[in-house]
Amino acid sequence: MKEYALILVSTVLVNNFVLVKFLGLCPFMGVSKKLETAVGMGMATTFVLTLASICSYLANEYLLAPLGLEYLRTITFILVIAVLVQFTEMVMHKTSPVLYQLLGIFLPLITTNCAVLGVALLNVQEQHNFIESGLYGFGAAAGFSLVLVLFAAMRERVTVSDVPAPFQGSAIAMITAGLMSIAFMGFSGLVSS
Amino acid sequence: MSVLPNQQEQVTLDTFMRGLWEENPVFVMLLGLCPVLAVTNSTMNAIAMGLATLFVLVASSTLVSLLRKMIPKQVRIATYIIIIATFVTIVDYVIQAISLDLYNALGAFIQLIVANCVILGRAEAYASKQKVSASIINAIGMGVGFTIALLCLGTVRELLGAGTILGYQIFSSNFEPWVVMILPPGGFFVLGAWLLLFEYLKQRKEQKLLAAEGATTNGS
Repeated sequence: MKEYALILVSTVLVNNFVLVKFLGLCPFMGVSKKLETAVGMGMATTFVLTLASICSYLANEYLLAPLGLEYLRTITFILVIAVLVQFTEMVMHKTSPVLYQLLGIFLPLITTNCAVLGVALLNVQEQHNFIESGLYGFGAAAGFSLVLVLFAAMRERVTVSDVPAPFQGSAIAMITAGLMSIAFMGFSGLVSS
Repeated sequence: MSVLPNQQEQVTLDTFMRGLWEENPVFVMLLGLCPVLAVTNSTMNAIAMGLATLFVLVASSTLVSLLRKMIPKQVRIATYIIIIATFVTIVDYVIQAISLDLYNALGAFIQLIVANCVILGRAEAYASKQKVSASIINAIGMGVGFTIALLCLGTVRELLGAGTILGYQIFSSNFEPWVVMILPPGGFFVLGAWLLLFEYLKQRKEQKLLAAEGATTNGS
């Protein structure tokens, strides 16, 4: 039980996917201009990322490994993710139009979110088992959402404050992200591994 | 979107140069940032990542452009991803064969070229509509622009963070390395500083233009 808690804490805070591992930066920069969209993106990513982590584990364990097709791993994983995103979109569209309206526009973007593929590949690299894979995916997504929402809130404040002209736009966003990254380095003593 | 024949772009120097400066994927469009920040803690990594991305970009753009009339519109994104993933797998094994150290240093980021939005963006926005020659030249321009951006970050971070470039000592031994530059926050700061520099130059140029216009109108 303790090791599962450790995986969660370590992925959400210590080895945060965005600020420490640099995965999923495109949506981090792209959809963080407004708090509402950031929350939507975070929820959609959490859902897909957890599912993708589990599905890619299953595909690797029961399809690729027994058949000796490890060299097709990258292609398989990206296909699993693309299919999963499409499937989620269809299910959501049919069952819950409200949720679809909230999260629908973010779903296609998730396919090219490298955090999703990154989690799938890291699961294999670190030889996680089924439960660990699921937790790792969920933790990564929770960390991503946490940072995304915090960053969006900060950017909303930054836009209304008096920023020197050359800093305006992406430069101040980068430096804000850098400061956040320093803050998250403070968690690094939390889990010793 | 149907493509009319007259939308075919002529191959000019601009087709190539656009990716270097005007539409630089990193500094202007802010695409594909994950490898830009993650593997640029040394110059060598930056070069390797840039060349790997360049190869995948050119090869996939060529193939997409060759097949552009055969790919059905509904499944085009999936097709592009499979094409890209194929070339990424090739690069993955080639780098593993050349240097295992480099492979370990780059980590999962070689395989993550698949999810680099620059490449999918080129396939969707350019290669699927243009002639093969134009697509190849545009892809080379974009790839070189991407590599230059990686180098910009890699050299600065290695120089400040370790006092070396490509492993050669540049500063004397009295230099105290700024460790933060090698660590993740350094990546954000250096990219922020580059963006700041470009924005500053752009604004100064605009001000000069405005001043020049003002002078001519006052003089007449």
